[in-house]
Amino acid sequence: MLGPVLETLIGGLLTGVLYSLVALGFVLIFKASGVFNFAQGAMVLFAALTLARLAEVMPMLVAIGLTVLIMIALAYAIELLVLRHLVNQEGIILFMATLGVAYFLEGFGQMLWGSDIYKIDIGMPRDPIFILESVFPGGLLIDPSELIAAVICAVMVAVLAVFFQVTRIGRALRAVADDHQAAQSVGIPLDYIWLVVWAVAGVVALVAGMMWGVKLGVQFSLAQVALKALPVLILGGFTSIPGAIVGGLIIGATEKLAEVMLGPVLVRWFDLAGGGIENWFAYVLALLFLLVRPQGLFGERIIERV
Amino acid sequence: MLYREAGQFKTSYVADQAIFPIAQDRWSVLLLGAFAFLGVPLVAGDYLYTEVLIPVLILSIAAIGLNILTGYCGQVSLGTGGFMAVGAYAAYNLALRVPDLNLIIVFILAGAIAMLVGMLFGLPSLRIKGFYLAVATLAAQFFLEWTFARVKWFTNYAPSGSVAIGRIDLFGIPIDTPLKTYLLVLAFAVVLALAAKNLVRGRIGRMWMAMRDMDIAAEIIGIRPLHAKLSAFAVSSFYVGIAGALWGFFRLGSWEPLAFDIDRSFQVLFMIIIGGLGSILGSFLGAAFIILVPIVLNQIPRWLGLPVSTATISHVEFMVFGAMIVLFLIAEPNGLARLWATAKEKLRLWPFPY
Repeated sequence: MLGPVLETLIGGLLTGVLYSLVALGFVLIFKASGVFNFAQGAMVLFAALTLARLAEVMPMLVAIGLTVLIMIALAYAIELLVLRHLVNQEGIILFMATLGVAYFLEGFGQMLWGSDIYKIDIGMPRDPIFILESVFPGGLLIDPSELIAAVICAVMVAVLAVFFQVTRIGRALRAVADDHQAAQSVGIPLDYIWLVVWAVAGVVALVAGMMWGVKLGVQFSLAQVALKALPVLILGGFTSIPGAIVGGLIIGATEKLAEVMLGPVLVRWFDLAGGGIENWFAYVLALLFLLVRPQGLFGERIIERV
Repeated sequence: MLYREAGQFKTSYVADQAIFPIAQDRWSVLLLGAFAFLGVPLVAGDYLYTEVLIPVLILSIAAIGLNILTGYCGQVSLGTGGFMAVGAYAAYNLALRVPDLNLIIVFILAGAIAMLVGMLFGLPSLRIKGFYLAVATLAAQFFLEWTFARVKWFTNYAPSGSVAIGRIDLFGIPIDTPLKTYLLVLAFAVVLALAAKNLVRGRIGRMWMAMRDMDIAAEIIGIRPLHAKLSAFAVSSFYVGIAGALWGFFRLGSWEPLAFDIDRSFQVLFMIIIGGLGSILGSFLGAAFIILVPIVLNQIPRWLGLPVSTATISHVEFMVFGAMIVLFLIAEPNGLARLWATAKEKLRLWPFPY
């Protein structure tokens, strides 16, 4: 009994890492500009599509480099065409603007690159590996591509942490995140900072898209996967990078465990036509959690004044 | 010249606070109503009914519902599709299990059931707000969608998981032609819109707006958040539920939960953004806009004689939608309703603006 449970748990944790990758992009932008960027999912899809199609005609590394450039250009376009005109608008207006950007990108990406299912092959081993065969009969089955994704995610978080803590731009980013006006008054150019943030979020989206693309193939549903990052986000708190990681792990693990253990019970009790509680479990879990801690696990405490 | 209130004196508070204080407005609304009920049936064909008028009217009701919650009370909801599904499945089950029930009562009860579900999912709004709440309403969306897909009772154990509506009778008259459907839906839309307009002008509406503008300040002047937020969720879900029931019965005929997925939620959300947050008129304008744009976009290549595949059209549709939303937010964050109000202001002074 313990074996399968552990296997599910590990599988869930590794999927959770992928959620974290998507959530990370949200957090970066929200922290630095207060924009709840709904287009992150569309950016993941767009990046993955671009990479997949470019890789068909050129070597992988070149394609990756080119896609990074395209994502930076995209960030520039969003800043120039959308955000710049919406300065000082309420958060809800900005949120809806990113919804518009999301729709645009979904249409644009698919028109430009086609809407079939594409493969990304970055040379990851696909054969499942077994570990701990001495402890459990048959061992535990692990998908190596997910393991690699987890490692890449860890590296990326480390790089981002260094970037934020040590570099000059990183410090400016944190200043902007703390207080826009104060940052501006000490001479930090906001436009430039936002451009950098969106570009970094674009690159994070590319990594997420790459990992999801390897796992599921590059297709429209990638934009939907990003919706799963939302419960991760509220669980971890909108403004916390560690929150995004921990939230992702919790959501990934619990939803897989719930699917395997709670699902059959529900099906038996209520005579359901199949399980699939993965679809909503994460959201309900996050919702219940919010009732206890409205700012999420690591979010900044919400202090309100009139 | 024509649109001017000079000389219209109000001699009582009742007249001053009337829903349309200006005589020209009153007449044009009455004329519009008369035209919708009497004029349209003379000229419209089946295509216009089934593809334009009926969807616009039904989704207007949903948009009014969401507008009450988001536009007036400031609680962003992404669960509209789920609440529409509640209304649709409630109406289906009521009609199925209580066959003698009058259709109007079925729809009202369906709205009431959606209202209860909406209040349940509105409870978290007391603790959380803003984007956190928007994500929390996604829980409602996905949970409800899943419930109707999996719990067999709701679909009457249909093996395919989809439900179908048979004959629809109202007072012994079968509602079988697009014209009759249109008139029934129109009646619903008019009654519900008037009710909503009056609600938001009154005490409850002001309570909601105070909540939206600044919840803590509202609390300090004595508005109970529980009262204000839950009533907004209740009324909103009632409207959305009725819209869902109408959508299922008169637009789809047979449906599965996918008809009420998250895209539906976004569609209604776009309607109120483009139409205008916090405006009943805007809900209608937005619904008309969102329904008409894809129809027009689909026609353009044919008019121009361009060979464009349907896939490309659907992608272009996405792009145009997205671009339009951004444009609207930049140019006029208050939507079409605001444009209309500006036009009226201009019209008052026309042709002598000084």
